[in-house]
Amino acid sequence: MPANRTGSAGTSPTGSSPAAGALAAAAILGFAGGLVVSSFAGFRDFLPELLRGAAVTVQVAAGGSLVAVAMALLATAARLYAPLPLRWLAVAYVELFRGTSALVQLFWLFFVLPMFGISLSPMTAGIAALGLNIGAYGSEVMRGAIEAVPRSQWEAASALSLGRFRTLRRVILPQAFVTMIPPWGNLFIELLKATSLVSLITLSDLAFKAQQLNQTTLRTVEIFGIVLLIYLALSLLVTLAMRALEHRAGRRLLRGKETG
Amino acid sequence: MNESPASSSETPMVRFERVSKRYGALTVLDQLDLDVASGEKVAIIGPSGSGKTTVLRVLMALERIDDGVIHIDGEPLTHMPQGDSLVPADARHLRKMRGHIGMVFQHFNLFPHMSAVQNCMEAPISVLGLGKEEAHARAAELLTMVGLADKLDHHPAQLSGGQQQRVAIARALAMRPRVMLFDEVTSALDPELCGEVLNVIRELGSAHQLTMLMVTHQMGFAREFADRVCFFDAGRIAEQGSPEELFGNPQHERTRQFLRAVMEAI
Ligand SMILES: Nc1ncnc2c1ncn2[C@@H]1O[C@H](COP(=O)(O)OP(=O)(O)OP(=O)(O)O)[C@@H](O)[C@H]1O
Ligand SMILES: [Mg+2]
Repeated sequence: MPANRTGSAGTSPTGSSPAAGALAAAAILGFAGGLVVSSFAGFRDFLPELLRGAAVTVQVAAGGSLVAVAMALLATAARLYAPLPLRWLAVAYVELFRGTSALVQLFWLFFVLPMFGISLSPMTAGIAALGLNIGAYGSEVMRGAIEAVPRSQWEAASALSLGRFRTLRRVILPQAFVTMIPPWGNLFIELLKATSLVSLITLSDLAFKAQQLNQTTLRTVEIFGIVLLIYLALSLLVTLAMRALEHRAGRRLLRGKETG
Repeated sequence: MNESPASSSETPMVRFERVSKRYGALTVLDQLDLDVASGEKVAIIGPSGSGKTTVLRVLMALERIDDGVIHIDGEPLTHMPQGDSLVPADARHLRKMRGHIGMVFQHFNLFPHMSAVQNCMEAPISVLGLGKEEAHARAAELLTMVGLADKLDHHPAQLSGGQQQRVAIARALAMRPRVMLFDEVTSALDPELCGEVLNVIRELGSAHQLTMLMVTHQMGFAREFADRVCFFDAGRIAEQGSPEELFGNPQHERTRQFLRAVMEAI
């Protein structure tokens, strides 16, 4: 059980959140166990097919996350430190992708772009749309985290003759990194849930497989019960990974009264 | 008008020449003249809002000035020569000139994600180009000097306020500045922790040819430590002199008022 590992690491005050995570994990696994027993037939009949769909879901989510982080980094760097035209471009990107729905963005990339001669595979379009969408939110998260580092840190670095870039890299970003982990965890989960949209552009992801199986077998409760559990397990994995990361990064920063 | 007791034929280490600093309509430094000789220790006292912190901040080039020029050892800090005239300094010039000056802040401003020794190594490595070992040796030596030989690898959150402030002093010294600025470095500390920080400053003063400017509310320390005390009021030096003169026989009503108020507060 992966939950136990982070749970037992909770020797410090911040250890309470991994412990809570472990509890939640245990509860959910118990619930899952109950369902396995009560509808063993459902699992036998549908799990293999649904897991194939889940693999596509994971692929879109992982690719989308990478694109999101890259876009957020680029947009943040441009908005904070680039010359004006680039800054405007970055602002336009963030506002455009935050201000319109992921579904519309996906349809643009997949159905509209081909009319301008740019054809993307469903996988590419899915990853790009979700990555661009979440990246816009991610850029806001990064900017907020950077701006939340006190001005006095910039001044201390300045007084030591550190240059702007050096200050950013060695002083500001390591501190901002810690504060942006939890909101990024939320964004990754948002992204994971939004992957179901790609079923609308012909990708056989988890949601697509579920609908397909449901139409042919009509065993709705079992199918969507399993689908629910798979999504839940995936998002729990994301949560646990982010908690572990936060714990490690927070320990290095040693904020608060924590000692030893 | 501004007869510095320490003035000599030598070039002063720090020279403020009719320096003004304004925030909107508020004039915080009002045509300030101030010379500080090499190795001189100057205490700056005065009421809240009189511009004491601002003097140090413009000297550290953390704020731009609106008028006048500041020189460090004869070289303009806020300006740089271009042809026959002086133009406002660019970022590169400022960074170069800041190397001569170290500053210790009221709230320490240590880098929380770095250990004590890393705090002291960062700038020597990235600005002075020191090697890792050399920077570590220098940092360890300075931390030992401030009494923290056994805390090299502690992070700021694991240190007391007094210890953090001593790390901050070591961090500034690691750049081998010629001028050190202290802005109320003990006023965020519990009273019992002030002594250890003041002792370090005392030691620095006696062992090094450092020029020091120190804003303080601790009149006892100013009296004992400083060569000269400047009383600031409304962005000007209202009165200055040796500690004996200024504390023993203040000439201006404003100074007397201030000193009375400070004594009563204790
Ligand atoms: N960034 C700023 N913007 C606007 N006004 C400022 C700024 N910084 C300082 N001031 C004002 O400038 C004046 C002088 O400030 P300064 O910090 O130099 O005073 P001080 O003598 O150090 O006071 P204290 O003893 O309270 O520290 C104050 O009236 C303050 O409100
Ligand atoms: Mg002040």
